[in-house]
Amino acid sequence: MRREIPLFITAITGVVFIIAYFIPHPPFNQIQDLFQTWFQIIAAFAIILGVLNLMVVNGDKVYRRSKGWGYSVIIILSFLVMAGIGTFKLGSKASPLEEGTPFMYLFYNVYYPLTSTVFALLAFFVASASFRAFRARNKEAALLLTAAFFVMLGRVPIGDYLTSWIPLKWLHLSTIANWIMAYPNMAAQRAIMIGIALGIISTSLRLILGIERSYLGGD
Amino acid sequence: MDTRFWTKEKCKWRRKVLPLTAFIILLALWGTIRAQSPVDTLPPSPPTEVTAFDTPNDAGKNITINWKLSTDDGAGRNIVKGYDILRSESQEGKFEVVGSVVAGISTFQDDKVKNRRNYFYKVRAKDHTSSDSPTVGPVQASGQWYHKGKTVVLIFVVIFTALVIYFVESAKKGKKLYVRPIPGMDAVDEAVGRATEMGRPILYILGLSTISDVATIASLTILGRVAKKVAEFQSKLLVPCYNPIVMTVAQEVVKNAYLDAGRPDSYDESNIWFLSSSQFAYAAGVNGIMLREKTATNFYLGMFYAESLILAETGNIAGSIQIAGTDAVTQLPFFITSCDYTLIGEEFYAASAYLSREPKLLGSIKAQDWGKAGLIALIILGGFFASFHFDTFINLFTVGH
Repeated sequence: MRREIPLFITAITGVVFIIAYFIPHPPFNQIQDLFQTWFQIIAAFAIILGVLNLMVVNGDKVYRRSKGWGYSVIIILSFLVMAGIGTFKLGSKASPLEEGTPFMYLFYNVYYPLTSTVFALLAFFVASASFRAFRARNKEAALLLTAAFFVMLGRVPIGDYLTSWIPLKWLHLSTIANWIMAYPNMAAQRAIMIGIALGIISTSLRLILGIERSYLGGD
Repeated sequence: MDTRFWTKEKCKWRRKVLPLTAFIILLALWGTIRAQSPVDTLPPSPPTEVTAFDTPNDAGKNITINWKLSTDDGAGRNIVKGYDILRSESQEGKFEVVGSVVAGISTFQDDKVKNRRNYFYKVRAKDHTSSDSPTVGPVQASGQWYHKGKTVVLIFVVIFTALVIYFVESAKKGKKLYVRPIPGMDAVDEAVGRATEMGRPILYILGLSTISDVATIASLTILGRVAKKVAEFQSKLLVPCYNPIVMTVAQEVVKNAYLDAGRPDSYDESNIWFLSSSQFAYAAGVNGIMLREKTATNFYLGMFYAESLILAETGNIAGSIQIAGTDAVTQLPFFITSCDYTLIGEEFYAASAYLSREPKLLGSIKAQDWGKAGLIALIILGGFFASFHFDTFINLFTVGH
């Protein structure tokens, strides 16, 4: 029964959703909204679960002085400070989300710069990844390098400046870059997307028909 | 320099220019006054060919009204400012305005009606004065039990489901099915084995989406199979989660996999934990885990956004074997660049079935291949017919909303 009940719920829900897609008449047109509401309620309770898990796992690390326990102390303290200031509206009259409150001060001056810093790392990682990807080690890599050369140069003003003297417009770097993006790139993206759509349908059918049971344990 | 306005030399040309300027200003003033003055007190011609009908393929309580624009809208005297839509429950009854549209628009949906009740409509062309179209009706609103615009989707779903069932049944009967090798999934055993030999943990990232995303569900099914191998190899699996619901499901999946492998004692719930629901805080946290724990193998399977390269490059720097799979088309190039193996789109969805090597699951992959073959044939046909402007064929595949 431990496996049969979840399989039954999955199958019934899946079939109802498929039917609802083709029936605009009530109550079928309200099913998606209804499930969305249920999902939001569950998600709200799941946040409590997430917070508890975060505290238990990190509290245990601190208690046991596990490797990197200092980071856990920072996590717990950061959480308690932000949650405390927000929940008890410390330093704010109405809402802690108003401008000028301690909560928003921490958000703008601690959280925001920290996330921006991690995001900014992307620039360096793009550089290192590009360096590896654009080495012409084989035919495919050489093709990638050539396409990247045209697209990158064609997307900046200097690309057009370099080739604007050519009377044939289709030889301008910006035209070549646009052509690469609009045709070979778009065609490849659409091919991948069609494959993804079929994959999603196939996975959904496997779950609805009860063929795929790995998420319940066993084959 | 002489700065006086009326010097003898300057007077000569200013006498010519000033009257001309004054004339132009007067002309402009006259034009403005003329434009503002009412020149036409006649009402605009009324809208014609008004039709009112129950909005098709909807849940009901909605009537569509279409009309042909007044001849004074965009043409003729071009004086129409907009249209009022008037409704009454009887032909001779009191008509009330239920909506308005600007000039140039010739359709309106009245969503404030009740089902199965007679309504009559008129459309009024407005200027300073107005003129009404003839009354149309009665018309009733009702909900439909089938969306006719989605017939093509229904046909496709039926065909594809039939293909899946056919291949699954064939596989059950022992028919051998060839499935193209997926190098990324072939490397799972090697990756788990390597982690065991090195005595280092395996990191599994489920992506940054919620449980309602199919990519997350597909990733969870792969997690079940990977966790089983990890349990068999007696290695350590770390699953930091972005979403609390995904975390609880992942805990169940891994627990079941350990049970299935006969190693329930090795399961440690604290290895599947909630890290953060903030995108870059999560990325920073995972990067820290990779560098501190020196993970032997990293799996990135699910939905990813801008953090994909931050994670994959850090894993690359840490020297881990990396296997990625996603349906986020924009993130695929980053994974291809930084990971050892990347499951592109459909491969990601086929991975769980591929890992299981179970015939009935492989049957669904075979159906996927046949579905793709069918779509390729349709695309070629569509390209051919579109080249000759044979739109009927292309319109067959238009899905209504």
